[in-house]
Amino acid sequence: MTVISTSGLARTFTTPSGPVEAVRSVDLSIRAGEIVGLLGPNGAGKTTTLRMLTTLLAPTGGAATVAGHDLVADPAAVRAVCGYVAQSGGVDPFLTVREELVTQGRLYRLSRADAAARAEELAGALGLDGLLDRKAVSLSGGQRRRLDIAMGLTHRPTVLFLDEPTTGLDPGSRTDLWELVRSLRDDHGTTVVLTTHHLDEADALADRLVLIDGGTVVAEGTPAELKTRYADSPDASLQDAFLAATGRPATPAEPAPAAV
Amino acid sequence: MLFHGTAIIFERYARQTLRSRFQIFFGMLMPLLYLLFFGPLLRDLPLGSPADSWQILVPGLLLQLSLFGASFAGFAIIVEKSTGVVERMRVTPVSRPALLLGRVLRDALLLTFQAVLLVLAALLMGLRAPLAGILIGFAFTAVLALSLASLSYALAMRVATPQEFGPVINAVTMPAMLLSGLMLPITLGPGWLDVVSHLTPFRYLVDAVRDAYTGSYATAHMLYGVLVAAGFAAAAVTVGTRVFRRAGA
Ligand SMILES: Nc1ncnc2c1ncn2[C@@H]1O[C@H](COP(=O)(O)OP(=O)(O)OP(=O)(O)O)[C@@H](O)[C@H]1O
Ligand SMILES: [Mg+2]
Repeated sequence: MTVISTSGLARTFTTPSGPVEAVRSVDLSIRAGEIVGLLGPNGAGKTTTLRMLTTLLAPTGGAATVAGHDLVADPAAVRAVCGYVAQSGGVDPFLTVREELVTQGRLYRLSRADAAARAEELAGALGLDGLLDRKAVSLSGGQRRRLDIAMGLTHRPTVLFLDEPTTGLDPGSRTDLWELVRSLRDDHGTTVVLTTHHLDEADALADRLVLIDGGTVVAEGTPAELKTRYADSPDASLQDAFLAATGRPATPAEPAPAAV
Repeated sequence: MLFHGTAIIFERYARQTLRSRFQIFFGMLMPLLYLLFFGPLLRDLPLGSPADSWQILVPGLLLQLSLFGASFAGFAIIVEKSTGVVERMRVTPVSRPALLLGRVLRDALLLTFQAVLLVLAALLMGLRAPLAGILIGFAFTAVLALSLASLSYALAMRVATPQEFGPVINAVTMPAMLLSGLMLPITLGPGWLDVVSHLTPFRYLVDAVRDAYTGSYATAHMLYGVLVAAGFAAAAVTVGTRVFRRAGA
């Protein structure tokens, strides 16, 4: 069953210095329970795509449905089933972890008691126990990232969008998060779309990869397929496949500049 | 849904306010200074009205409190846009107008509370006015706060930086204060000033509250004041909710 489908999804920003075509045309078809990795160089349009799929940004072209709901016609229904962890988070630094988690639960229509219980539960799942009464500003970078992720899981979304979720996480927390994402899929059938610049992460976690460059999809397939297609062997590194698919030379043609 | 969402948002910001004594009391400082250091100057001046000078000044100070307190409310949302809090709330199913209404209700309540303290101080200074009139004054203060806070949040959602927001608000609030005769009745001045003054909504509100403070409730001033306050509030909340409804705003 297809949970996310987009056709020609596009977004152009108008800026004082002219239009910016952040996303030119993205066609996606993602099945229920899939873990899909969105890869692409900086500025490729990954975040913009996710912001459209989560109703934060109106598309300037194309169409999309999420969990059977049209993005433009029924944004409220889309919001009810989606969870989103933004690239730069979304908690008030001067509120406590508990207060933010409880408010988030209430915004997702949990009762007061359920929201409080869910806050404890999420803190446990993300290794934040003992930090519930601390202000977000006093958390370490990785702890704060885990709070962002907890916020996105509040209502057990059927579709979860994670924008560079593991940025700032130590290796242990990173593999913990991979486990969490896998268990969300295995136990709850959650569909997960995540962006990452860590190709080892994409390789280990994603069932399927979608490579975006210059606002369009330039390649997609399982990690093994991409390696075979672009680096000629399923045992090649994803790094080489990524570079070949985005048209960047695998080894620097010019010597790197000595100083910047 | 609208009600439930508004209650959650209101609670969130009310809790933040209650934790900040600074926020609770600081906004009162300017009107309080006017009350203490400007009010006594008016005692024996001919103000062209049978009303006592406190009955003329205090209504103006209440609306001044609302004007400045609510117009700058939007600053908070500029900060919240940069921390990602606004987008995080916008991806939840909470009703869009609730994101605005919860905030402006907090502002209206806070400013009404400050208005109560201001009037208590004024009573100590020598203000005498009927209770009904004083309550009517609070109602106008609250409605004006609600309206201006809505517009302030709407503007703040549209601009990228505090540097764009502050100057606009200053450019609007200062002339609004001077032109509406909040400090001294504009009728003391030349006719043209009186005409210009009637182009701002605040003029009608201050005239209405001044009437209320002298115990005259069934007057043309009161009628116009109520109509203008209600119309301004309806327009401001409409503008505000439209901005909050738009995706990607
Ligand atoms: N609000 C905006 N106004 C103007 N241009 C924007 C805006 N948001 C994004 N862009 C531009 O759109 C392009 C795509 O940005 P986007 O954030 O989607 O990239 P990304 O793939 O997420 O990159 P990264 O890996 O660095 O996070 C970039 O060129 C960016 O500068
Ligand atoms: Mg990004």
